[in-house]
This record gives sequence, structure tokens and C-alpha cells, in this order.
Amino acid sequence: MDLENQEAVKRIVDEQGAENLVVVLGALETESLELLAETMTVGDPSYAGPLAGVPLGLPVYHILEPTVRAAIPGDLLDEKLGVLAFEDGEPFEQALQRTRSGGQA
Amino acid sequence: MLEGKRVIAIGERDGVPGPLIADCVRAAGAEVVFEATECFV
Repeated sequence: MDLENQEAVKRIVDEQGAENLVVVLGALETESLELLAETMTVGDPSYAGPLAGVPLGLPVYHILEPTVRAAIPGDLLDEKLGVLAFEDGEPFEQALQRTRSGGQA
Repeated sequence: MLEGKRVIAIGERDGVPGPLIADCVRAAGAEVVFEATECFV
């Protein structure tokens, strides 16, 4: 995860707290998705950024996983995402399951 | 499930960009507190 973005997320949590805070991701590669999710939960796995060793424990979702899709008006999703709206979201949900259950990517 | 939540939207250049995620979650009743689009190489 970009180091500047890690710093921004860390600052938000430090200044505003983590209450009601969730992360929604848009990566389509499960490898990058798992790395981002791990950074947002247990810390930067590359130990290169501000979130190295910083377990934020934030809930992480993917914009295309079924539970998130269901919360978004259907027409808007199709309009905004176009062909991406037809991507199967279950692989992304499965890729994030381990971070939600407390495991690491 | 997003109603009333504060969202950090991290998109990807070759996937779903941050602004699109932000628009979608706002429509679901969330507040976007941070939005970015990364490039995974």
C-alpha cells in the first residue's frame, strides 16, 4: 500500500478514532487485495510504511462482494461501474474472509 | 450495512477506482473520510 495513503489512514484513526470506520477496496487481483486488507488489519506486511506493526483492526470489504453490492442501489452500481459491475464478487469476499476472521493474508 | 459508516475508499487504477467506490458507498448512506486510487505493480 502506498506509504502516503498509509500515513493518511493512520492519521484518520489517530485523530478521529476507528468507531464506525470501514475500508472498502476496489482491487481486482486477490494478491493485492489481501496485502491491502492485511495492512488495514494487522499492519503493513512489508514493514516499509507508517502502518508497519500497527494493527488498526479495521473491517475490510470489497466494493463488488455480494453484501456490499446489496447495500448500493442497483442502477447506480451499473451506471458507475459499467462492465465491472458484472465481475463475480465472491472471489473477493473469499480473499477477505481470513482477515475478517483474524488471520493474516 | 454501510448506512452510517465512515468509509476509507481505496481503489485501484486497473480495478475499481477510488472515486467510483466513494460514489457508491455515499449512495448507500456512508460518509467517505478518505479516498484514493492505488496502482499495484
